[in-house]
Amino acid sequence: MTHDPSRRDFLRAAAGLTVLVAVRPAEATPAAMQDAIRAVIGTAPVTKGRVKLELPPLSENGNAVPLTVSLESAMTPAEHVRAIHVFTEKNPQPEVVSFRLGPRAGRARVSTRIRLADTQTVTAIAELSDGTFWSAEAAVVVTLAACLEET
Amino acid sequence: MAETLISVPPRARRGDIVEIKTLVSHVMETGYRRSQLGERIPRDIIRLFVCTYNGTEVFRAELHPAIAANPFITFSTVATESGTLAFHWTGDNGFSVRETAEIRVD
Repeated sequence: MTHDPSRRDFLRAAAGLTVLVAVRPAEATPAAMQDAIRAVIGTAPVTKGRVKLELPPLSENGNAVPLTVSLESAMTPAEHVRAIHVFTEKNPQPEVVSFRLGPRAGRARVSTRIRLADTQTVTAIAELSDGTFWSAEAAVVVTLAACLEET
Repeated sequence: MAETLISVPPRARRGDIVEIKTLVSHVMETGYRRSQLGERIPRDIIRLFVCTYNGTEVFRAELHPAIAANPFITFSTVATESGTLAFHWTGDNGFSVRETAEIRVD
């Protein structure tokens, strides 16, 4: 058995590189999505939490992925959810949908079906009546991407 | 004419939170797909969905191409009084569909 230092160094470096590649997508949100978020909600700070984003962790068909967003809110005129926005990082267009609700909704819970062009992270941002913004993320593995060709 | 499917409980007690499910038939062509000849297929989507309760808006959704074909939206409203829930979808190429549902509130 040979103990070639350069080979060992190479393997160590390769392992480090793998970790770097694996970790990166979780942190780096594509700039296009950040731009889209700022265009919709302005410059207000967004805090993680309060929002519950339900998506299947694995989706066989990216053409119709069920999505539910909910928050605990009294939904009174004084304290309610004003809007819920959904964004994707790898679809051709980051915006997915904006729901506008208010005290007449009674409950802050909305569902729809979305398209996902690739395995990616989906972000939901809620705007509350006190002017604060809250967010949640969910990663979805898509085995059949929403098609970009004519069927 | 696009077909719609609406689920609204016909009766509710005043103050109840009722769940509303809506579906409208529509291709939701994204505008990002290409035909087999390589030409871009123009966008044709529903842009806006609005629900009013006896004339007052209670919910709206602004849709983008990432909404699946035949948009399905579930939301809720407080049963305040007997009357009419009206649903209006509008979009590209002059798309406009209205539907109504009656609710009786005791």
